[in-house]
Amino acid sequence: MIRYLAKRFGYYAALLLVAVFLAYALSASALGPRSYFEAKQPRPSAASVDRQLTALNLNDHTPVVERFGTWAKDLVLHGDLGRTIHDTSVNDDFGRRVWVSLRLLLIGSVLGMVLGVAGGAWSAVRQYKISDRALTLFSFVLLSTPVFLLALLLKNGAIAAKDATGQEVIPFTGYETPGLAGGIGAHLADWSLHLLLPTLSLALGGLALYSRYQRGTMLDVLGSDYLRTAEAKGLTRNQALIKHGLRTAIIPMSTMFAYSFLGIFTGAAFTETIFGWHGMGEWFIQAINEQDVNSVVAVNLFAAVVVLASGFLADVLTAALDPRVRT
Amino acid sequence: MITDLIESRDLLEVKELAVDFGAAPAVRGVDLRLKRGETLGIVGESGSGKSVTALAVLGLLPGSASVRGSVRLEGRELVGLPNRELAKIRGNKIAMVFQDPLSAFTPVYRIGDQIVEALRIHQSLDRAAARKRAAELLDLVGIPEPERALDNFPHEFSGGMRQRAMIAMAIANDPDILLADEPTTALDVTIQAQVLDVLRKAQRETGAALVLVSHDLGVIAGMADRVAVMYAGRVVETAGVDELFARPRHPYTLGLIGAVPRLDTGGGPLVPIPGNPAALGDLPPGCPFAARCPLVQDRCRTAEPPLAGTDGHLAACVRADELAERRPAPSEVYPVPTVPPPAVSVPREEREQVLRVTGLTKTFPVLKGTVFKRRVGDVYAVDGVELDIRHGETLGLVGESGSGKSTTLFELLRLGRPESGRIELLGQDTAGLDRAGAHKLRADIQIVFQDPMASLDPRLPIGDVIAEPLLAQHAPRELIARRVPELLRQVGLEPAHAERYPHQFSGGQRQRISIARALAVQPRLLVLDEPVSALDVSVQAGVLNLLQQLKAELGLAYLFVSHDLSVIRHLSDRVSVMYLGRTVESGSVEAVFEQPRHPYTRALLSAVPLPDPPAERARTRVLLAGDPPSPTERQTGCRFRTRCQVYAALDADRRGRCEQQAPPLAQAAPGRDHAAACHYPEA
Repeated sequence: MIRYLAKRFGYYAALLLVAVFLAYALSASALGPRSYFEAKQPRPSAASVDRQLTALNLNDHTPVVERFGTWAKDLVLHGDLGRTIHDTSVNDDFGRRVWVSLRLLLIGSVLGMVLGVAGGAWSAVRQYKISDRALTLFSFVLLSTPVFLLALLLKNGAIAAKDATGQEVIPFTGYETPGLAGGIGAHLADWSLHLLLPTLSLALGGLALYSRYQRGTMLDVLGSDYLRTAEAKGLTRNQALIKHGLRTAIIPMSTMFAYSFLGIFTGAAFTETIFGWHGMGEWFIQAINEQDVNSVVAVNLFAAVVVLASGFLADVLTAALDPRVRT
Repeated sequence: MITDLIESRDLLEVKELAVDFGAAPAVRGVDLRLKRGETLGIVGESGSGKSVTALAVLGLLPGSASVRGSVRLEGRELVGLPNRELAKIRGNKIAMVFQDPLSAFTPVYRIGDQIVEALRIHQSLDRAAARKRAAELLDLVGIPEPERALDNFPHEFSGGMRQRAMIAMAIANDPDILLADEPTTALDVTIQAQVLDVLRKAQRETGAALVLVSHDLGVIAGMADRVAVMYAGRVVETAGVDELFARPRHPYTLGLIGAVPRLDTGGGPLVPIPGNPAALGDLPPGCPFAARCPLVQDRCRTAEPPLAGTDGHLAACVRADELAERRPAPSEVYPVPTVPPPAVSVPREEREQVLRVTGLTKTFPVLKGTVFKRRVGDVYAVDGVELDIRHGETLGLVGESGSGKSTTLFELLRLGRPESGRIELLGQDTAGLDRAGAHKLRADIQIVFQDPMASLDPRLPIGDVIAEPLLAQHAPRELIARRVPELLRQVGLEPAHAERYPHQFSGGQRQRISIARALAVQPRLLVLDEPVSALDVSVQAGVLNLLQQLKAELGLAYLFVSHDLSVIRHLSDRVSVMYLGRTVESGSVEAVFEQPRHPYTRALLSAVPLPDPPAERARTRVLLAGDPPSPTERQTGCRFRTRCQVYAALDADRRGRCEQQAPPLAQAAPGRDHAAACHYPEA
């Protein structure tokens, strides 16, 4: 098992390198930091623009590979992600925003997975009953609702609740109440309450998507001979379903978890903007607008690490559920 | 006295059991009795309700099934019992062995863990004790190195091993009843013989009663004490096994017995039951067999006869008494088709050679690696095949799964240069063919596949299906328009059916369509790849008769591939036996079947159960040990020696020859059509 996972880890490390280089090359050639400086008033001289660009390692007259080399060397040797277009440290922004986003992404996606698996399995067992049809309808409504619309609806709901009761029942801006007094308990409660709506807007999409696939894999398993064998041995229906059915039905899902994470990440960019969270997604949109190459690359690096890490976690999950792959 | 009373009481009593799936009935009133320790065989064709009956006893049917009637285990009613109570009986009092041993084990758990689970559901054992018991069970069913086998996953076992493990799991809690649903249908005949032996042993060890569900009359004849024959969701006849086979009282039973080809008698047309098994969805009033019955009378069409009779021999037929008295042979009741004499009457040596294969080999690489594939070994799928077919004769190709039969066929049909060896079709060496030559020659060799559903395009009307080979050979339009109705008539279908689609036909009819398609371009050689193994016995007989008739009329040559030796015996003129990619014996059917020279052929023949209880009990069996070795290892010497009973009995001196030299295919005597690849053949 260790050997198998080590091998997979090696693949992911190589993939990460490729991904980061491609992201860098793409951002560096698609974005135009030069035009950002040239558009300043009063218009700086060409030599001054060049100087500023070179200082920030953004000069498009230097070959991309060479710029990447400088950037990568700083990253590997000093853990330095470079300077933003405003000549501040990318690391500072990164450090501030990464935990905001991770909190949202991790809780949102894990909740989506758990609810999706549970809902899909439950739906399959109750195939064609009212509850199955209701969940199916609910999922399709959610699937056809874009994340930003869902987030806006949730936010408007919270606003309506505030208008109706006269006080903020569920917070809908930011990730904490500024200047809140009290101990760690009060802060935790405050954080959770702030997390509620943004997390829901991500998790509901996951629930809808995963539950459809999980229902399909579970239905395959429900008709399988080995489930019947498990019952013929003397397990009750529910014991057989959980021990022999669900486990085999989750295995094909694990790869899906990993790669649909990217979709959740994209969705999170909207969620963060709508709920006023200063996270990676918001930063990404802002950085693209400002032609801020190094910040865009930093967000890409984050996304690549997160996606490949979840790919690796999916492998761990597969290996844990299906011992046959551990070779 | 009291013990007598208990002894004679039925262990299991099924009364008026009925199962519906929605509006469609699957079982319509089944009565069964099972005594302690006895074996009850339930026999019937697909859709007769035999498996559903077995599953209904354990309450294992899907939720869409509604079950009525009564199932009593030692007097306790099981129908309607809550799931929790039923679970205590399943695997404990009544255990089940399923058909397909690959899909019946959960793929992600080790064999040992699954048996341990079965033990610990019903007994308070700690893990170590349960594991020890599981190893004992695996040992009992004949799995070598049981301690190690516990840690294997299901996919690491061969089919036979898995079915042994399944039996071990079933007897783990010393059940009173074993329900086996087609336990050997997915297995090769030599492995079937092993597994049936294990089943007998398991029954002996536990004293359990056995309910054996099977479509195979031979298996039933060899195992059962009593038999129940099912048709259209009901038991139509039940009796002791000898009585039933010797004096059937229901025309359906009589027809089944007549429709089975037998290993111990060759030739002659089989007695097919006309029509198709009744569809349970819309049964006409009266006896469901009336539409196919040659003895039908007007009263049969109004009321369904009850199961009645004397001395434990019951039949659901108004003319049962008459049959009991007259005791006719199947051919006296059912219309027997006449097979015209063969069109070819010249002696074999003077006839034209249709196919000659010498030293054919085919190797597949074993690849490894996700991105960069590298060759880590070879599968020697075909490794020395010799075939010889002359005009107007049928060569039966016999071998178990993995023996290279299919690979051989595909190499023939490729019409290209073989890896090594030589293929001559109608005198032309296929290695020297160009594209045009191969295309032309393709009209002379056609194939009929095993699965008639999968080999017909569901979106083409069958007229187009049959016309396709003609189009491929650029036949003129008028010829196609003339040939299609002619071909349909030739295979026993109506020319008016040309507009219909494959799904509107039954399995037997679909196989007839496949045959018509293959005959369209007037081939000289027809390759038949397991053409009847997907069909029910009563339907199979009709297709086999058709093949015999076509051969005689058209002077065709057949290469007939089958795992069923009885069918081969019935249809073939010559036979060729393969083992691990090699031809080990060949010759005329009489010679090979009556005086087999190769020990593998002997074991193969002795593994086939006969649908005749006294004969089945009386014959001596040669049980082959273990499974065939992996075809990825190339062995020196004889490939069969790891399982050979002759080799096992030799002294070290004489064994050396088997270990060093691969035996060539040698003639039994000059001029005799019988050859075997064995250093020490039977005289």
